[in-house]
Amino acid sequence: MKLDDVVKEISLDLKTCNSCLNNQVTGAYVSDLLSDVMANSKDGNIWITLQMHMNIVAVAGLNNLAGIVVVGGRQPDQEILKKAETEKVAIMTTPLTTFEIAGRLYQMLN
Amino acid sequence: MLKKFKVDLHIHTCLSPCADLEMSPLSIIKTASIKGIDIIAVTDHNSAENIIAVINAAKGSDVTVLAGMEITSSEEAHILALFDDIDSILNLQEIIYKNLLPGENDEKRFGEQIVVNAADEVENFNKRLLIAATALEASSIVNTIHSLGGIAVASHVDKTTFSIISQLGFIPEDLLFDALEMSPNISRENAGQSFKKYDTAAWVSSSDAHRISEIGQRTTFFYMKHPTLQEMKLALKKIEGRKVEWQ
Repeated sequence: MKLDDVVKEISLDLKTCNSCLNNQVTGAYVSDLLSDVMANSKDGNIWITLQMHMNIVAVAGLNNLAGIVVVGGRQPDQEILKKAETEKVAIMTTPLTTFEIAGRLYQMLN
Repeated sequence: MLKKFKVDLHIHTCLSPCADLEMSPLSIIKTASIKGIDIIAVTDHNSAENIIAVINAAKGSDVTVLAGMEITSSEEAHILALFDDIDSILNLQEIIYKNLLPGENDEKRFGEQIVVNAADEVENFNKRLLIAATALEASSIVNTIHSLGGIAVASHVDKTTFSIISQLGFIPEDLLFDALEMSPNISRENAGQSFKKYDTAAWVSSSDAHRISEIGQRTTFFYMKHPTLQEMKLALKKIEGRKVEWQ
């Protein structure tokens, strides 16, 4: 499945990296602790989080994640979006909660 | 006789991956001196390898340098440790390194971690993953700092990331910080309203400088006898007229 399918199906708001829509999605990882994501997320995972520190971009890039979904209507600031655009990391936002997004994704991927 | 000391307790050097390369010992001391800051603390993420260089760079200047570190707890809360002697900070560093999550720094993604000497010359690059968390809980870090004789400060408690409040929801009563730090983002008045429930603790505010221009953008005045860690402890506890103040 491609990131594009997920964005359309769950109506995510893609904030950065249009070209990332071609990313293959292998699964998802839910965590707000950056170190945990660094240690345990897998290549191609979508990362669902409410964390909005600048470091989320580096962590997503490091583990070659398919993209980051920022939940609960939170809006990352311009500096983060700029960095994500440069580093080709897809950031998506949604008004839905982590529970809802994870549930929808789980249904799609399984 | 109490004197008024201008203090910035939270300054990163070029060792911190997120700090500017210009944050070298001589530049930091020069800037602190120009801005009339009496005491600074060097607080790099999970490392103290530039402390001796900054202390040596300050020799002959009017700036007192505290040996500090900004430690990342397992909950990803930032905690400042402050000492006035090298041995304690090196002991702490040994404990932190033992408990830092394994991995090598990716300089391209997180930034370079430059170890320098007092003449601003590059000595080497720290390869550890200083951006990561330690396996130590906040309570264990505070206890370790105290057992080594240092001051434990909860970093930027007003921030929505990496603060003890953002990570734990509130500050547990058994977590005995010597002070809570407010970031330059929040005014004294707003801090007073937002953190009223913690007003029995001492509050300080510091720059959290990652760039030269940020040094001293927020400082705290310590009213005390001498620019020493012991006097600072007394000022935080408001002993015999000593106190801390910031705007």
